[in-house]
Amino acid sequence: MNNMLIIPVILPFAVGATLILFAKYRKAQRFISLLASIAILASALFLAYDAYTNGITTLEFGNWNAPFGIVFVSDLFSTFMVLLSAIIGLVCLLFAFCTIHPEREKFYFYPFYFFLLTGVNGAFLTGDLFNLFVFFEVMLLSSYALIVIGGTGYQLRESFKYAAINVFASILFLVGVAYLYGITGTLNMAHLAVRIGEMEQTGALQVVAMIFFIVFAMKGALFPLYFWLPRSYYGPPAAIAALFGGLLTKVGIYAIIRTFTLIFTNDPGFTHTFILWIAGLTMFFGVLGAVSQFDFKRILSYHIISQVGYMVMGLGLYTRAAIAGAVFYIAHHIIVKTALFLFAGATEKVTGTTDIKQMGGLLKTHPWLAWLFLISALSLAGIPPLSGFFSKFPLILESLVIESYGIAFVALLVGLLTLFSMIKIFVYAFWGKQAHTDEQASISVTKLLLPIVPLVMLTIALGIAAEPVFTYSLAVADQLLNPEIYIQSVLGE
Amino acid sequence: MEILMFIVIGVFFAIGTYLLLARSLLRVIVSLMILSHGAHLLLLTMAGLNAEAPPLEHMADGGYTDPLPQALILTAIVISFGITAFLVVLGYRTYKVHNTDDLEKLRGSADE
Repeated sequence: MNNMLIIPVILPFAVGATLILFAKYRKAQRFISLLASIAILASALFLAYDAYTNGITTLEFGNWNAPFGIVFVSDLFSTFMVLLSAIIGLVCLLFAFCTIHPEREKFYFYPFYFFLLTGVNGAFLTGDLFNLFVFFEVMLLSSYALIVIGGTGYQLRESFKYAAINVFASILFLVGVAYLYGITGTLNMAHLAVRIGEMEQTGALQVVAMIFFIVFAMKGALFPLYFWLPRSYYGPPAAIAALFGGLLTKVGIYAIIRTFTLIFTNDPGFTHTFILWIAGLTMFFGVLGAVSQFDFKRILSYHIISQVGYMVMGLGLYTRAAIAGAVFYIAHHIIVKTALFLFAGATEKVTGTTDIKQMGGLLKTHPWLAWLFLISALSLAGIPPLSGFFSKFPLILESLVIESYGIAFVALLVGLLTLFSMIKIFVYAFWGKQAHTDEQASISVTKLLLPIVPLVMLTIALGIAAEPVFTYSLAVADQLLNPEIYIQSVLGE
Repeated sequence: MEILMFIVIGVFFAIGTYLLLARSLLRVIVSLMILSHGAHLLLLTMAGLNAEAPPLEHMADGGYTDPLPQALILTAIVISFGITAFLVVLGYRTYKVHNTDDLEKLRGSADE
């Protein structure tokens, strides 16, 4: 049954390639892409269930044994991420149906959308560092196309910078791969872990670890490499911004967590302390950016940065509960952040602007939009009983347990500032006097709310069902902290 | 031989970094091309250049060349072709829309 592993990668690729043929037929494109995303979600659910019940499975392409051939590995972490990406893929697609401009649909929006999912799922499932590079490139090339689709002046200008920065990061990735191959003579992640465990001299490894950290930090928008994110996520339409905000940075974070729990574990005293510092700075400066902004999408973009810090903080603390907290946080963040970006899209549809100073009074004309937004906003800030609280709680508790009081303080402060800036959006955009015309007030948002409601339900559910979800995250953390299981199931003894 | 290659790679990276700091769109694109060629050569060289025999086991008396880096840079070169093509088109459209290729003028202001 391990051939199932390839489905989340091959299915979007095949569908994306097929949709190129139907570029001019909107209805056919929508129908096929909807069916395909449901199928991807089903296969992701199956994989997650399979990984939970049967443990790690691997798929060796062409029956070439592990260190020599290409392998796909499904452990709890990777299938969890694939499941999340499938959910986001479906929801953003539904939102895109209602909001995306018809001209953009004709210019290969759906093919690129599915190529992006191919790259994301492939990056999660692969067990090989060079394949990780290739899937990163698949994902990035489609993201360049999606971010510039529409071709307004702002988009062209900012996506050139986005593309240039990411190409530079990819070049560094290749340099890191070259050094690592020169040192160890292998690129299979499990094999790398074995070889690095055997090595005596580790000075060069430290350098390579930092190169990889810089590369993934650039993709994951960590301090000080986050400057590209707020401007480039501002340009594209809401459905694409939501997909990016939910998924793309998390691929970088996934790669950091994967490599720094499996491969670069030889000197956690240096690397993980460094990661903890970066996490604190990322959280702090990200949230400062959010506090200073008055634009719906920009505030959300800066919040991506500050919350990526929490996930990396879990890795930096490097204990069982902290990594479980980070995994929980990734799930919470992907769901809530996508929902919030979709809210930004819905309010933009009504008011025609994303500047919250020019909005007001949406609470009266669109009460459902406002209250659902408030739930997600409070969840992002970490108010119990929503998912944000239960994902931050283990992180902060764990940092107190191992006496890193500094990071605990920063995390709490950032939570407070997050609450402040989310309430700022609520006060400016939804409270107060009505700033939009009566004609705009009669615009119905029911169709737009349909894809958002499941996400809001999920964040409530993750909060109420925090116990089983956290148990699952602990199981993920156990697998991540005991790479022997991973190594054994990939290399086979 | 390896030393010579490393010097070439160093020169590539120096030129690439220099051009990356330029203000013109086209120079940035060229610099990314040169940098990626440097990275490809590095990938080839780090595994060790061995001119004794082709990577065919029955023809090798002593050592034979490691075939994997060659497969890797083949993939990497194809990817960098695609990206370069995309960047050139993107740069051209940006130039057409904004009528400038000066990155300093493409910075944009906060209140647009």
